[in-house]
Amino acid sequence: MKAKTQEEPVEKVTSEEYKYGFVTDIEADSAPAGLNEDIIRFISHKKKEPQFLLNWRLKAYGQWLKMKTPEWAFVQYPPIDYQDIVYYSAPKAGPKSLAEVDPEVLKTFEKLGVPMEERAMLAGVAVDAVFDSVSVGTTFKKKLGEMGVIFCSFSEAVQEHPELIEQYLGSVVPYNDNFYATLNSAVFTDGSFCYIPKGVRCPMELSTYFRINAAKTGQFERTLLIADEGAYVSYLEGCTAPMRDENQLHAAVVELVAMKNAEIKYSTVQNWYPGDKEGKGGIYNFVTKRGACRGENSKISWTQVETGSAITWKYPSCILQGDNSVGEFYSVAVVNNMQQADTGTKMIHLGKNTKSTIVSKGISAGKGQNTYRGLVRIQPAAENAHNFTQCDSLLMGDKCGAHTVPYIEVKNNSAKVGHEASTSKIGEDQIFYCQQRGLSKEDAVNLIVNGFCKEVFRKLPMEFAVEAQKLLSVSLEGSVG
Amino acid sequence: MLVIKGLKAKVEDKQILNGIDLEIRSGEVHAIMGPNGSGKSTLAHVLSGRPGYEITGGEVTLDGKDLLSLSPEDRARAGVFLAFQYPVEIPGVNNTYFLKAALNAVRKSKGEEELDAMDFLELVKAKLKPLKMDEAMLQRAVNEGFSGGEKKKNEILQMAVLEPKLGILDETDSGLDIDALKVVADGVNALRSKNRSFLVVTHYQRLLDYIVPDQVHVLAKGKIIKTGGKELALELEEKGYGWLTGEKEEAKR
Ligand SMILES: Nc1ncnc2c1ncn2[C@@H]1O[C@H](COP(=O)(O)OP(=O)(O)O)[C@@H](O)[C@H]1O
Ligand SMILES: [Mg+2]
Repeated sequence: MKAKTQEEPVEKVTSEEYKYGFVTDIEADSAPAGLNEDIIRFISHKKKEPQFLLNWRLKAYGQWLKMKTPEWAFVQYPPIDYQDIVYYSAPKAGPKSLAEVDPEVLKTFEKLGVPMEERAMLAGVAVDAVFDSVSVGTTFKKKLGEMGVIFCSFSEAVQEHPELIEQYLGSVVPYNDNFYATLNSAVFTDGSFCYIPKGVRCPMELSTYFRINAAKTGQFERTLLIADEGAYVSYLEGCTAPMRDENQLHAAVVELVAMKNAEIKYSTVQNWYPGDKEGKGGIYNFVTKRGACRGENSKISWTQVETGSAITWKYPSCILQGDNSVGEFYSVAVVNNMQQADTGTKMIHLGKNTKSTIVSKGISAGKGQNTYRGLVRIQPAAENAHNFTQCDSLLMGDKCGAHTVPYIEVKNNSAKVGHEASTSKIGEDQIFYCQQRGLSKEDAVNLIVNGFCKEVFRKLPMEFAVEAQKLLSVSLEGSVG
Repeated sequence: MLVIKGLKAKVEDKQILNGIDLEIRSGEVHAIMGPNGSGKSTLAHVLSGRPGYEITGGEVTLDGKDLLSLSPEDRARAGVFLAFQYPVEIPGVNNTYFLKAALNAVRKSKGEEELDAMDFLELVKAKLKPLKMDEAMLQRAVNEGFSGGEKKKNEILQMAVLEPKLGILDETDSGLDIDALKVVADGVNALRSKNRSFLVVTHYQRLLDYIVPDQVHVLAKGKIIKTGGKELALELEEKGYGWLTGEKEEAKR
């Protein structure tokens, strides 16, 4: 009788090809590669922007020239040649309605599972889809318009509501905030804008799908979302990207403003192309996301599921200015193969009785490196501030890493700050236990991982939670036996 | 039903099972007893396909079909159930959800229709009652924060739901007080049928007062050194294992 071995390493389960690897061929109307004042003027001119915006861009550019790439994050990558990037590219035909949208583009959305008309309707989701740097379609606008909700592309908002842009742009993430945000301020091309007027509960989830397409095109999205007094909005952001051989930079900025008694729920499922098994060709995702709880009793919740990108550098944060305001951060970050993620949040407590909750779940597989980096700062005026942080890491295999870097600064003695952290390895014994009950190895891994992420998934809108679980299994499942 | 011939297995280059021969017919209950470290759990693990063991000889068939070439999940689907000596915790995974997924995986493999949530809940509640388990346990995460007794009961509940052909109980009695022991034994006895067999691994005779075996085997150093009827268990209780293994008496209860 031959010797049999029953050994099967966990790593095998964690390799899966990127499922959304395809490229749409659309002729791009691009700016030449490189960055200088002329390029910025070109972008601003193309977008017919008012003078104040051009001035703001140029101010940011001037500042950016004096700044250095941040090096404190636990990520490694070759230096980026900013003169080799194309800062403006748009599909040639400028469609004004869905009917006019390039069928190629629509097909791409189909492949991604985003059939705009049907699914958006069925799900009651208004989609402001960003393809490359120009918005190609907005639905449900009319219905929202009747309630006074403004939901449109950033460029459109610049044309239609310049006063709101001038008032709020850079009011949460200033033009000189950090290297990538400053770069974005100089060269951003498009994104989404949303304004919920006083007392309005936005009746549907608002959503954007992002997608990187033209080769070597940096994506510099700018999102600005304002919930006026007593308003409520739940916003979904999701994306996937096609297979690419060269690294692509993505440096977005998202600003949220919540006024008195307003609430913003911002949910993200991020699935940028992570690169191949050697880490070649993935997206660099350097994002600045920040929300200001400006008024009393306001609330901002960030929920994110990060499965993609070669490198993720992202800290959705809350500035808790208003008394009794609440900030939340619920995050699942997955790294596999050569992926690196340095992500977390900042909770800045300024007002009295402010509360923040941080729940971070990091999953590392392959040779992935996952770092949680979080700051909790209680300022002197923040009487009775509360924070609770829970930070769990799950390791799959022994070539990956998990790191936790909490910063806690308490300048008011009445504060209550709690921090819990755990690191566990996905157990061969857990997988075997599931298999012994009849579940496949893949299903076992999914089950265990989903259990680990449960607290975060529970925070996602239903539709998104399903999508997030699928993404997670795509990122981690594989060719078993 | 289960036929084991000359089964040998290694763990990390250490030979643990040294040629085991055992036949369990349909409806029979066999007990495996033996000193600590004699290879009882190893046998249970090898039969159920736990990774980390190298089979160095012999064969195992279930209803005439080779078992050792199957993946653990295929063995489970073929009707092998292992009640773990140390049941595993799966944080965040709802007990009912887990059990339903398991049952449906087994049913699907047999070409049977999967149960929906409502039907499943009805089924599982019916199985829960005789085990004197609190319904709240169904909504907790699998084994997380369960007491020792609750974990063992949960194993029996899973077995009752999955209705295997062969139930392997690995020291299910350890860590149970006498009341829980009776409940667990009743649970097992209720599952006894002419189409279902059991391999009951235990260190102590006590369990066998309640689950009365057809045969008792003594395992020592990876070999079955004696086989007898249920009286053998009582004899072992009295004399310990030393008279069989030729070694010094080991700690008794
Ligand atoms: N993973 C392992 N590595 C090395 N030795 C092991 C391992 N698992 C079990 N053993 C050894 O195998 C022998 C049998 O163990 P086990 O089957 O658990 O015994 P029992 O269940 O009868 O108490 C023991 O000597 C034990 O130390
Ligand atoms: Mg044992």
